[in-house]
Amino acid sequence: MKKYTFTEKKDTRSGFGAGILELGRTNPDVVAMTADLAGSLKLEGFIKEFPERYVQCGIAEANMIGVAAGLTIGGKIPFATTFANFATGRVYDQIRQSVCYSNKNVKICASHAGLTLGEDGATHQILEDLGMMKMLPNMTVINPCDFNQTKAATIAIAEHEGPVYLRFGRPVVPIFTPADQKFEIGKAVILNEGPDVSIFATGHLVWEAIQAGEKLAEEGIEADIINIHTIKPLDEEAILASVKKTGCAVSAEEHMLNGGLGDSVAQVLARNYPAPLEMIGVHDTFGESGTPAQLMEKYGLTADRIVEAVKKAMQRKAA
Amino acid sequence: MEIQQLEQIATQVRRDIVRMVHAVNSGHPGGSLGCTDFLVALYFDVMRLKEDGQGTVIFDMDAKGEDVFFLSNGHISPLFYSVLARRGYFPVSELATFRKLDSRLQGHPTTAEHLPGVRIASGSLGQGLSVACGAALAKRLNGDDSHVYVLMGDGEQQEGQVWEGATFAPHHKLGNLTAVIDLNGQQIDGPTSLVMNNRDLGEKYKAFGWNVEHMEGNNMADVVAKLKASRKDADVPTLILMHTEMGYGIDYMMGSHKWHGVAPNDEQLAVALNQLPQTVGQADY
Repeated sequence: MKKYTFTEKKDTRSGFGAGILELGRTNPDVVAMTADLAGSLKLEGFIKEFPERYVQCGIAEANMIGVAAGLTIGGKIPFATTFANFATGRVYDQIRQSVCYSNKNVKICASHAGLTLGEDGATHQILEDLGMMKMLPNMTVINPCDFNQTKAATIAIAEHEGPVYLRFGRPVVPIFTPADQKFEIGKAVILNEGPDVSIFATGHLVWEAIQAGEKLAEEGIEADIINIHTIKPLDEEAILASVKKTGCAVSAEEHMLNGGLGDSVAQVLARNYPAPLEMIGVHDTFGESGTPAQLMEKYGLTADRIVEAVKKAMQRKAA
Repeated sequence: MEIQQLEQIATQVRRDIVRMVHAVNSGHPGGSLGCTDFLVALYFDVMRLKEDGQGTVIFDMDAKGEDVFFLSNGHISPLFYSVLARRGYFPVSELATFRKLDSRLQGHPTTAEHLPGVRIASGSLGQGLSVACGAALAKRLNGDDSHVYVLMGDGEQQEGQVWEGATFAPHHKLGNLTAVIDLNGQQIDGPTSLVMNNRDLGEKYKAFGWNVEHMEGNNMADVVAKLKASRKDADVPTLILMHTEMGYGIDYMMGSHKWHGVAPNDEQLAVALNQLPQTVGQADY
């Protein structure tokens, strides 16, 4: 197992804040928008340097999405920001008609996704957003894993013409990807190579997958660990190449199993190369209040549960 | 353009509308006919549009340096398509493909088929004002002094998003925005006052910070005058309450919600076309 270390932990939303500030300096068409959550989305730096390109929309997300679509018509690149729940479920029809069907160059950037929002509870802990967004034609869906990757993804999506949903979160997590990485939309990142099992992880679960890989290595199991930062378009080639080698797979995500990464991986395998797949994610239930660590433990989104899932997948392969 | 010329174009557009919905036995003639004078005035006289040296319109999605119109109540697409075609954005003959398989003239307007003149999909109501706000904001950021127009229905005012946009535009001082409401008093289920009473929309928009004007939507001279007057170089957006009659121009369609989304049969079409006499220089598609 390749060794991954970190010297610092940061929230992925701060990676977004760093990325949008850099974009402000390099791309005069970039506009930052928010619905009364500028602080939570780490927009302070951008607002200070580029007040004329900052659009406060108030607590009115539907309008924000429409205004974003309108801004693109004048050649602007709007980054519409709020919490993931209000950026997707609340405004699904606005995204569907004004952004995706109209194929507008809108970047929907959503923080506080998933259970790790913590104490605010289920009203704010959206676990369906990846599913809703990946179902929309023309939409690109990205869920980076740490500060550096979120910053790199933020910069990369400005260069991509078309609607993008960029999902990140609130808790501090280890920074283990390189600061100078180039983010390639739709290109999976292979973190470790091994013959026994394929672990496909996204977002906060990528670090858990690395920890699971270390535990498995102690038992002599070497895993392919692959960071699927882009849920759509999915890197089917990387997924199939890995599973053809290992013969079984585990998916891991901070999202509902219905509609998430595991669901996409299952489709790819079922159509092309049926193989045992175990899925780590939330099972058709809402979240609740608690600390992020408590919630990840209770809902089974940890390295230990990935280890268990790997063993189950390998047993099924052997059977 | 002379008022009389605009009226003649409007008559031809009304002929297009009834023929288009009759041909596919679907679509929305009522609101289309009521808003015809407005959209003809806008595209043939009021808006500054990008043209080549010969007066032929040129379509660019970004609309930089030209006025732009958004149709929020997308169901009156027959009107929108007819005006765009008659203005030269695409061949008039293409009106015959309305609502048919593989057509660029979808039931509700869309950019997905790359029809020149359309910049946003609409049909699901309440979204056009927000889009127009964004386009107006982009014009300001670009230092572009051209104007943005948006048309909404009066039933559409029941959508909550409209009021989010209505709050946004004055707050961001979008003086380059004119929103028009087709005040025909009808919606699918009946008179708007009975379905869900909007009460005094003018007072509501005034309270939200808009300039509010009234316009006789089926009086071409008044339409032209009021639309031109709304282009104030100010920080305040303008809302025009456009009083129209649904189905205007065809006696049996006027003033009833029954023709909101129903096409005429062969006999009714003949009666309608008799009431819309063609003039010199006009021809059906």
